[in-house]
Amino acid sequence: MAIIEFDNVSFRQPSGVMALKDVSLSIEKGEVVAIVGGNGAGKTTLLKHLNGLLKPSSGSVKIFGRDTRDQSVAELSKKIGLVFQNSDHQLFSETAEAEVLFGLRNFGFSEEEAAKRANEVFSYFGLDGLRQRAPLTLSGGEKKRLCIAAVMAWNPEVLVLDEPTVGQDFPSKNRIFATVKQLVAARKTVIVVSHDLEFIWPLNARTVVMNRGQVVADGDPQRIFADGRLLEDAGLRQPQLVALSKLFGRDASFKDVNDASEWLANR
Amino acid sequence: MVDEILSFEDFTFKYAGLNAPTLRNVTFSLKKGEIAVLAGASGSGKTTLLRSINGLIPHMYPGEYSGKVVVDGRLVADTPTYEMASKIGFLFQNPENQIFMFTVERDIAFGLENLGVDRKEIARRVDWALKLLDIEDLRQRSPSELSDGQKQRVAIAGALAMGPELLVLDEPTSLLDPRTAHDVVNLVKRLNVELGLTVLLVEHRLELVAPVADKLIILADGRIWKQGDPQEVLNAEGIHEVGLSAPTVVELQRQLRSRGRWSQRIKLSVDEFYLEASKAWP
Repeated sequence: MAIIEFDNVSFRQPSGVMALKDVSLSIEKGEVVAIVGGNGAGKTTLLKHLNGLLKPSSGSVKIFGRDTRDQSVAELSKKIGLVFQNSDHQLFSETAEAEVLFGLRNFGFSEEEAAKRANEVFSYFGLDGLRQRAPLTLSGGEKKRLCIAAVMAWNPEVLVLDEPTVGQDFPSKNRIFATVKQLVAARKTVIVVSHDLEFIWPLNARTVVMNRGQVVADGDPQRIFADGRLLEDAGLRQPQLVALSKLFGRDASFKDVNDASEWLANR
Repeated sequence: MVDEILSFEDFTFKYAGLNAPTLRNVTFSLKKGEIAVLAGASGSGKTTLLRSINGLIPHMYPGEYSGKVVVDGRLVADTPTYEMASKIGFLFQNPENQIFMFTVERDIAFGLENLGVDRKEIARRVDWALKLLDIEDLRQRSPSELSDGQKQRVAIAGALAMGPELLVLDEPTSLLDPRTAHDVVNLVKRLNVELGLTVLLVEHRLELVAPVADKLIILADGRIWKQGDPQEVLNAEGIHEVGLSAPTVVELQRQLRSRGRWSQRIKLSVDEFYLEASKAWP
């Protein structure tokens, strides 16, 4: 069942710029989707349509079969959890624990239920050590994982991560990747928006490429990542493993470094 | 000594109020015309190191200072920051913080006007910088309407118009998309080669910058973990423990080596590796 449906969506910014042009996109429950593209491609504008922060200038967005024009942002946010690129815009409580509880109380959970859910997410994401820390003193990676935990606490059906790796160093990227894997394991519908294809490639997820407000490709990551020209045009760079696979004339791209070294060593 | 543009000699700094030094026994130098990449995980001391170059440390940030930082023959600790500003061009992550005039041309002229440079000379240098960065067509445009990559070019032009001895770029591409980031890095390399400009580039995405570096310096916990030829530094054991990752293509060559299938010098880019591999395995 499609829980997210964009039907010919266009969005004109107040300045007159068409940030989205005829976008049609349908996402099923439980799907993992990577939305990739360069700066200004329309990725964030598209995300803001998911929870009704923006409404289409033409066309329609349906979430669980209902037009976003007929639903409030609060209602939509219960189903669609957005984790923004800049964690500082999302975090404002005095402790990490208060941060998680804030969202839960806001959605009307009882104190007892809120405490129970907070316990669950802190433990699931391995963040117990941070509970009493002030969010603004956390590292970039810790902040990001706290934002994800805070959203997961109210258990939205869909989790949307906007550029989760921007400004993150290697260890925190790895932890964020593991966190995304946990969301997938929890059978959530996950949408990751990113221009970091080295991060997206190992997810091996359905990939939607955006360029100048349009969806220019949608589907099998093997096929899309192999198309270097498409990626370059969209402001992206092909992951090194994929570029290598192509140069060495492999049909399927290397999954990881081990795969590549084994294949090359036995050549 | 003349050809050293930047040197740190056994430099240690502890911010007032902190228990431990943020930088310890840092020693490295940059020769005229070299391009060095400085990398390190969050919290490794990169920001403190940069502040020690432009003089914010010790002039604005008090603390315990030992050892020397020398820029173009002058001790940073003994030189007022405005004098340092004419020797070093600084560029930050977000060009928005550096661009504020109504036209690109005025923006590039801004620093020179502040120094009281003669008007004809300003016009000459602005023309030169616009041409060098291939942005003559943007001359009358408003910086606010430019793309991110164009903004970063304008910021670089503004820094170069001042005629610095050293260009320091602090993660200049972290807000750019990957293709634009790659273009900016190649641009910096071109300026380095064409002008003989000395460059210190701070960046942790090594797959992006290692191929253009003459020297790679890695900071970890306030100390220099390794420095030198990028091939050798990236081939060192334990880079993951200091919070960095070598480019995938380097990891691959290391694995091939351990399988006894790669004895060649480590290549830093996919294309170079492929070329070498085609020769090695015809």
